[in-house]
Amino acid sequence: MTADHEAHNPALLHHFADAQQQKNAASLGMWLFLVTEIMFFGGMFCAYLIYRLAYFNAFAAGSQQLNIWMGGINTAVLIVSSVTVVLAVKAAEAGKRKLLTGYLVVTVLLGMTFLVIKGFEYAEKFEKHHVPGSTFNFTEKFDDNGKQIDVNPKEAELFFSLYFVMTGMHALHMVIGCGLFSTLAVLAWKGHFTANYFTPIENGGLYWHLVDIIWIYLFPLLYLISRHT
Amino acid sequence: MAQPEPTQEDNLTVEHEHTTHSQGFYLAIGAILLVLTVTTAVVAFINLGPFNPVVALLIATIKATLVVLFFMHVKGASEKMTGVVVISGFFFLAILLTLSLADYMTRSWR
Repeated sequence: MTADHEAHNPALLHHFADAQQQKNAASLGMWLFLVTEIMFFGGMFCAYLIYRLAYFNAFAAGSQQLNIWMGGINTAVLIVSSVTVVLAVKAAEAGKRKLLTGYLVVTVLLGMTFLVIKGFEYAEKFEKHHVPGSTFNFTEKFDDNGKQIDVNPKEAELFFSLYFVMTGMHALHMVIGCGLFSTLAVLAWKGHFTANYFTPIENGGLYWHLVDIIWIYLFPLLYLISRHT
Repeated sequence: MAQPEPTQEDNLTVEHEHTTHSQGFYLAIGAILLVLTVTTAVVAFINLGPFNPVVALLIATIKATLVVLFFMHVKGASEKMTGVVVISGFFFLAILLTLSLADYMTRSWR
């Protein structure tokens, strides 16, 4: 925002007719970015589904080794963080600076909670030698409703490769989200946002919700659908 | 399931600035999402045969839809183009998944 244009709202850029049009354009642009994110993760989901069809027993055996408690708690943590994000947007719309900052900080803390739990989960994978690479070792069997079936460790390694790529990419998005929301919290505290201008809060919120939605699909696909025993 | 409606229907006017709902509404949606999470985790331990993945993905889709419509404010968005972009995004994802899987799932037939 240049200081020499004080005649009009400094938050309104010259090439927009009014604030509403500017807001709509920003929202539309954000959604276009989110669509590219959906296709980016969609490719990985597609690869996962195809290999799960090809190597079903090994993928089911690998899935049964995941920690459903940590995955479930992390799902709940992300849902609660999505609620704090919408409440932050609502606080921004009402022009409540302290409340907005508070919700943003809580969101960052919840995001970090997710990452810490994810870290413990990864540590468990290292301990069990379920990390793809030279130390990978998989002797567990596929428990098909009580029937123990041997699986090819190479195929199980493929499951864990996809597990680490998909959850790792998601975790990277969480790290970026935490950085983004920390920045927004500082800006909010400094009074950067008003009831008339809080587009970065809204668009940051859209990003956070999309990362939540990706986890909403990762949780059943990786942890749940091969579980029943 | 009783799904609370927004207390006032303020989506009719395009110019209207306020797109958010009440705090209670958001908490209710959050509670529904948590209940669905517990439900999908419990159902995973019940043997439904081929329907386990179907139920899990159906619940995930309900959750994702709730987030998109009410947290991301696609329902009641003043910019109607947003809805078009969202639907086209999921449409292309559906093309990617259905055409790829239609190929791989039918290969064993020769």
